[in-house]
Amino acid sequence: MLPEQRIHGLAAEFDTPGAIYRAAQALRSEGYQRLDAHTPFPIHGMEKVLGLPPSRVPWICLAGGLFGCAGALLLQWWTSAVDYPWVISGKPLFSLPAFIPITFELTVLFAAFGAFFGMLALNRLPRPHHPVFGYSRWQRVTDDRFLLIVEASDPLFDLEETPRRLEQLGGRHIELLEEE
Amino acid sequence: MVAEGAGRERATMGRDGAMQQGERAETRDTTALHDDPRSRAPLVIGGEDFHGVTEIVCGVHERPMPRGWYVGFALASSALLMLLCLIGWLFWEGLGIWGLNIPVGWGYAIVNFVFWIGIGHAGTLISAILYLLRQHWRTSINRFAEAMTIFAVICALLFPGIHVGRVWVAYWMLPIPNAMGMWPQFRSPLLWDVFAVSTYGTVSFLFWYMGMLPDLATFRDRATKRIKQIIYGVLAMGWRGSARHWLTYEKAYLLLAALSTPLVLSVHSIVSFDFAVSILPGWHTTIFPPYFVAGAVFSGFAMVQMLMLVARHSFRLKHLVTMRHIENMNKIMLVTGSMVGYAYAMEFFIAWYSGNPYEQYAFINRAFGPYAWAYWIMVSCNVIFPQLFWSKRVRTNIALSFVISVLVNVGMWFERFVIVITSLHRDYLPSSWGYYWPTWVDVCTLIGSFGLFFTLFLLFLRFLPIIAMFEVKAVMPQADPHFDEPASHPVPAVAVASGAAAGRTQVADASKEGA
Repeated sequence: MLPEQRIHGLAAEFDTPGAIYRAAQALRSEGYQRLDAHTPFPIHGMEKVLGLPPSRVPWICLAGGLFGCAGALLLQWWTSAVDYPWVISGKPLFSLPAFIPITFELTVLFAAFGAFFGMLALNRLPRPHHPVFGYSRWQRVTDDRFLLIVEASDPLFDLEETPRRLEQLGGRHIELLEEE
Repeated sequence: MVAEGAGRERATMGRDGAMQQGERAETRDTTALHDDPRSRAPLVIGGEDFHGVTEIVCGVHERPMPRGWYVGFALASSALLMLLCLIGWLFWEGLGIWGLNIPVGWGYAIVNFVFWIGIGHAGTLISAILYLLRQHWRTSINRFAEAMTIFAVICALLFPGIHVGRVWVAYWMLPIPNAMGMWPQFRSPLLWDVFAVSTYGTVSFLFWYMGMLPDLATFRDRATKRIKQIIYGVLAMGWRGSARHWLTYEKAYLLLAALSTPLVLSVHSIVSFDFAVSILPGWHTTIFPPYFVAGAVFSGFAMVQMLMLVARHSFRLKHLVTMRHIENMNKIMLVTGSMVGYAYAMEFFIAWYSGNPYEQYAFINRAFGPYAWAYWIMVSCNVIFPQLFWSKRVRTNIALSFVISVLVNVGMWFERFVIVITSLHRDYLPSSWGYYWPTWVDVCTLIGSFGLFFTLFLLFLRFLPIIAMFEVKAVMPQADPHFDEPASHPVPAVAVASGAAAGRTQVADASKEGA
């Protein structure tokens, strides 16, 4: 048996979204805290079962959008009205209506950067390796199988009781995952 | 197993329910098109399960490509080579090798630019707007359409880039500090265009790539060769489908969709400002922004339809791209085609109503002047032929759908030709009237741009997941975690609304065979 600190957790495979959903529900109601599910597609409601807090990515997206908006206005104001003031077609130097299209485009551009890179950062990606990749049947998890993980850091984690419980709930191919 | 038994019981319930709705005859014939909106045709047919979806999509990539792929690639890459040679010659010799003259200073390059950027719009519409509207049928075709968007934007960006004449100073379009201390003219629609199109290209790429991450992970895990494992491993960025990942991922995807929706509407509006903000009769009309957007969606859907029908046939995707998808796309083409037709009529009305003789002349000249042939090609391809889609027979006929979508593409190219050329070729004074005719270089550059587009598209078919596997799986009725629960629970309203009943029946069949 591996020393305790080198264990990432226990993994059990389920056949259907319903099976892993109910297993996670049961474990949560028994007081397990540190669960994770690895699924080939998002299972709706799983985040509630696992008690995950709402994602913070909208705030990063908003920050990106505000940065883009402010940056675009500053750029156009400074270049047209301060650095090289030049009257074009009788318009004021800072002609806001004509500056709206570019302001809009840059707002969207930086908000999209916020959403995309924010998603990667919050998910800690790119990440070359992770203990779950050590699962012997991992290939099926990005295909049609559903993997429930009980992490070793869970207060209720027990090397004898947890696998038994996972098996009762319908989990199969239960394996111990090593920390990298 | 308890769960399996319950699933079977529930599935049987689903079948009984379906029979009560009086569709007994149709439960077997899964390709039938249902009129009852509560029981629409399933999105995945042929009794495929999750693994079946993976096999179909990965199979395209893992099996050797059909011979047609090699023929297509040879043609497309030859055309691409021709494009590169012509661009090289253009840079060496100058714009004189094109048919441009005065008064027609904007020729094929701008026509092609607007054409290609319009093609791209369908991709964003399918991926963003239909996503926000919860149109689940988009899942089989969105990856295709998004890829098409990106390649079309690349083709579009090429043309203004090579049209500037002195390409080595193309960076003047960007706000880069330079030795002259000058800045771009931020009040010009042409500069708005630079920002709009480059933002559009970037955001579309992010959206496409992000949508592909989970499927690239599937490719990575199925790869057997070391080199493929490394390449797909790097591209998938270590995606592992954790519930925490999905939560943030779905939120970010929703945000990108919400951002892309106004973006796509703004891009073609800004492209239309290139014309509408000028004071040229024939261009100076307020209807241009919505009219350009409708036309862009129209031509884009025609292109998606065209490519999809070919790919569906050659890569055996009939279980994922069903008649329902084809019919829906045809309906959208009918709607947007009619909008475009309305816009053509309204332009004439406004020209008459304005009382401005130059405006009136521009439109009469457009329909009956020296370019009448182009105008009537445009009207017949864009307005008349798509009206055939009112008939369900035509909408569900694959050969006719293909032919009409090709015609629409031709018509939409001519629409841009008509707008650009006919408005320019007769200036206010008859002494500055002229006639524009492309040189062979213009024509071959256009063909070459199709070469660029199809080269990229064929490479995409060969190396990347062409259907969003995880999204297709997620809209299958079995993906609902309450799908196989004991029947005492009420049927979730969502499953009924998305027409899961018929799909559930197939699962019942499958599980019976298993038992």
